[in-house]
Amino acid sequence: MSTTTASATAPAADHPATTVKKPGPARARRRRRLSQWGFIAPAVIFMALFFGYPLVRNVLMSFQDYSPSTFFDGKAPFNGTDNWSKVFQDDLFGKALWHTVVFTIGSLIGQFGIGLALAVFFTKRFPLNGVLRSLILLPWLVPMVVSGIVWRRILDQDTGVLNSFLDTFGLGGATPWLTSPGMALFSVILVNIWIGIPFNMVILYGGLQEVPKELYEAASLDGASAWRTFRSITLPLLKPVITVVLVLGFMSTVKILDLILALTDGGPADSTQTLGTLTYQNSFVQLDFGAGAVVGNVLILISAVFAVFYLRANRSEGK
Amino acid sequence: MTAAHIPERARVRRRRAGRRATVPLTVVSALVATTALAGCGQQRDDDVYTVLNSSTDDSYHGWDAATLSRCSKRLGITIEQQSVPAAQVMTKSLRMASSKSLPDVIQFDASEMPTFADAGGLIDLRTLGLSTQDIPRGIVDFGSYKGTYYGAARTVNTLALFYNKDTLKKAGLEVPTTWDEMRQTAKKLTQGKQYGIALSAGGAEDGVFQFTPFMWSNGGDESHLASRQVAQALDYWKSLIKDGSLSKSTVNWTQADVNDQFMAGNAAMMINGPWQVETLNTKKNLDWGIARIPVPKAGGDSVGPLGGAVLTVPKTGDTAREKTAGKIIDCMAGEKEQISYARNSWMVPANEKAAAVWRKEVPELDALADQVATARSRTAKVGARWSSVSLALQSAFQSALTGQSSEAALQRAQQRATSGK
Repeated sequence: MSTTTASATAPAADHPATTVKKPGPARARRRRRLSQWGFIAPAVIFMALFFGYPLVRNVLMSFQDYSPSTFFDGKAPFNGTDNWSKVFQDDLFGKALWHTVVFTIGSLIGQFGIGLALAVFFTKRFPLNGVLRSLILLPWLVPMVVSGIVWRRILDQDTGVLNSFLDTFGLGGATPWLTSPGMALFSVILVNIWIGIPFNMVILYGGLQEVPKELYEAASLDGASAWRTFRSITLPLLKPVITVVLVLGFMSTVKILDLILALTDGGPADSTQTLGTLTYQNSFVQLDFGAGAVVGNVLILISAVFAVFYLRANRSEGK
Repeated sequence: MTAAHIPERARVRRRRAGRRATVPLTVVSALVATTALAGCGQQRDDDVYTVLNSSTDDSYHGWDAATLSRCSKRLGITIEQQSVPAAQVMTKSLRMASSKSLPDVIQFDASEMPTFADAGGLIDLRTLGLSTQDIPRGIVDFGSYKGTYYGAARTVNTLALFYNKDTLKKAGLEVPTTWDEMRQTAKKLTQGKQYGIALSAGGAEDGVFQFTPFMWSNGGDESHLASRQVAQALDYWKSLIKDGSLSKSTVNWTQADVNDQFMAGNAAMMINGPWQVETLNTKKNLDWGIARIPVPKAGGDSVGPLGGAVLTVPKTGDTAREKTAGKIIDCMAGEKEQISYARNSWMVPANEKAAAVWRKEVPELDALADQVATARSRTAKVGARWSSVSLALQSAFQSALTGQSSEAALQRAQQRATSGK
């Protein structure tokens, strides 16, 4: 490892520096190199230990027969692609993958659309603007599991507040929000949108503050409509921020677990099972760690693809 | 002082300080790494023994603390309790096994114990001198896996039919004893916002636990889910929903939710267990009674699921400590402690003599004690495979309750349960 050599040679190189008056340029450069490595070392060690190691282990584990007895005898024989074929043959995996896609896209569209609308709304000056804006932040402060439990009560078919509220307006007061397999995924997405709006709003609002006011003045002098101004000034200038919001939103949505466990436990009849809940179920309920690792790796792979998009988008910003 | 005015020598020293910083920084990161790794293996204290349990609930934690302090005094050692949420006992124990830092006693849910035993992690309690005398055969089996007695139960529990006495009296109805009676009674009690009955068909172990008395009393079996008997039991649940006497929300309810519904007056009867009694009694004007779960035909056996936790000794390789662990269990599961635990938690003492004392103390829970006598362990037939069977069954009854045919749903569950291994 280069980091250890850096630390070992640094003090040795330090000593002659005090006696030799004029160190050669090559040696100075080398010393600078070493000190640079010294500063990077903590981060590299941290990453390797807490990120690299689990990642590699997870990939290995997906090719191993990793059962409860492994924890005792340490034996986890490699079983080729057994875990992978088992997971891919299970029709629950296909279902969960599909649910994850629907959940992620649905959540992102809702969160982003409403978040952007609110952000634009709050750029206008009106009384109580600040108070309202901070009130909308509330969902962000509530822990995911707490929101899940509260929403489960709100969405209860018989005793939930939402249905009795709708009932007073004669709007079908017996909607089976979480109890019908056809409806549950939709309801879970709605709750996740509610949770995600503040994040989208805050970041986009921040981005909107950066757009020079003069451009809007110029647009209004040119007689541009509100929609035209939004499309030709706001959106293009907001693009870098939008990329960040969407990619970060994607990462946190695709691996959803706690919210679904609190709301539906993946049910009814596996209708809200996602890759996140499937990993959890495989690893921690069935204790089939190999199968759990397979689903986990698929999730990492999906996230990695989007991380690349994110990095590329950021790089082009830097230029 | 600005940077430009720093004397030459000071500036050199500063630059050197920057270089020197690399050394401490690397040392610090190395230290962080080693402490992080060292954290995985805990040091055992010679006089301190630990019991890992799931008593995260305030009252349960307090009761266990009192028991352990009594046993500490009696055995002349210090016993500490470490509580984690029920769902984490297994994973935590496995992690501790791989880092060689297992506690001295682990309290497992009885349905999970076989998995740990199967992995070779438990010690036969009989070799530690624990006797099974005075413990009914069913409860010895409850703590056994493949014929070896690994787990001592302090108390056991099961499900029963809870009913609102006032509501039944007002409607002039008797407590139902058969499926037909229960269906009729529930139908009559369904009025306005009140459902006749509440039960949990949630997508977790809660729902499966509640389905077993219906499946078993009808002669069904977890090792063969796609049978006529299991389908009939499921159809019975479906009929309750069809009648409107069981809320469709049942598929989203845990057993605690069911209790809330009952307490709020949204249900006249419920299927639930004695661990709810503490909460039920907080509502002073609620007069509830308890009865055995109705059976398919009059005169049949009402077979409920045996629930509860068992105390086990994990293999730590330290025989002296394991022996003491056996003594700790002997104390915790002794007659006296059983009765005091049962008195607190409303569960039934495992020991026959203790159960007799307890029956006299709480005659209102007699039905529960009867139900325990015929109750069956979930893992007796499928052992460590229970979690796979349970997951398949959850999915099946949820599909059936939300519209699919029971036969088709159970057929798929059977395939899923057997394809696992």
